[in-house]
Amino acid sequence: MESVSLFATPFLVLVIITSGLLAGQPVYEQFVEGAMEGLHICVRILPYVLGMMVAIALFRSSGALDSLSLILRPVCAFFHIPPEVLPLAMMRPLSGSGALAITADIINTEGPDSYAGLLASVMQGSTDTTMYILAVYFGSVGVKKFRYAVTVGLSADLVSFIAAAFACNMFFGS
Amino acid sequence: MAAGIIFAAISGRTEALNTALFASAENSPKLILELCGMICLWTGLMKVAEKSGLVAWVGKLLGPVVRLIFPDVPRDNPAFFAILMNMSANLLGIGNAATPFGLKAMEHLQKLNNNSAAASPAMITFLALNTAGITLMPSLVIGLRVAAGSQAPTAIIGPTILASCIGTVFALVFDRLMRLIYYRR
Repeated sequence: MESVSLFATPFLVLVIITSGLLAGQPVYEQFVEGAMEGLHICVRILPYVLGMMVAIALFRSSGALDSLSLILRPVCAFFHIPPEVLPLAMMRPLSGSGALAITADIINTEGPDSYAGLLASVMQGSTDTTMYILAVYFGSVGVKKFRYAVTVGLSADLVSFIAAAFACNMFFGS
Repeated sequence: MAAGIIFAAISGRTEALNTALFASAENSPKLILELCGMICLWTGLMKVAEKSGLVAWVGKLLGPVVRLIFPDVPRDNPAFFAILMNMSANLLGIGNAATPFGLKAMEHLQKLNNNSAAASPAMITFLALNTAGITLMPSLVIGLRVAAGSQAPTAIIGPTILASCIGTVFALVFDRLMRLIYYRR
């Protein structure tokens, strides 16, 4: 699997360029034209990403997450979920780098092969940073009304976490 | 944002709040700048693929799969190819390539949406798929585990695939449900 990932990208680049050459297209001119569009996308998403990042940073530093995980501790104990992973579950949809930092911390302090370390690894890998993706993708096309996208994204995250706890219990059952 | 500020004021953490405010504002352009090269590279290649007819060909080949998930995207639309490439890149764990394809897909979906300021159902389905983050190769986490001296760094691949599959299936089903509720009103 790892080697597939390594080869996939260069191979894809080769296929795309060859297809352009075979079709007799001005490949370089088209590439530059497309890359210029990419630059416009970057400029367009900046304000959206900035707004979202500042809001999330404020929420994080306020300590609201710590208080929330204190409240949820008994629920965790009931489902045999180590309480160390609670802050991770709450950070994961909000901030990719923040969640990665927590995962690294759990892996290093509890040990990568401890139950908490395994569960944190699975939680980190099995879902993506919902709020960031929504901000970037919707921001790039100027969509301001997200409608039910946040509801769907965050509910799916919650289900992913429960599924992660379930899967870990099944594979590494304590 | 307001909730964070009020909470910090109550718990007396205003100093941390100041630091966070400026650091995050400063870091956002850095993040975009890091992404920018990758985005330009792939949007450039996408343009080549589109003009060469590769897009139309792949769309014809793998159309039925994407059609099932996105019934309201026309088969010959370039959004088709971008969605497909985004999904493949996510599956293979090439996150760097997934984002530019995803942004391109959104651009075409927005054209189908008549440039409205409100999200179209197809967009929400597409983002549900992305935020659920289905992957076969969580390479970043494996890297972390190797660095921490794990005995079995890849032991998490099985449960990770299982959990992300459950999450993705739920996201797609729940999205359809919400779509029904939303448009019945």
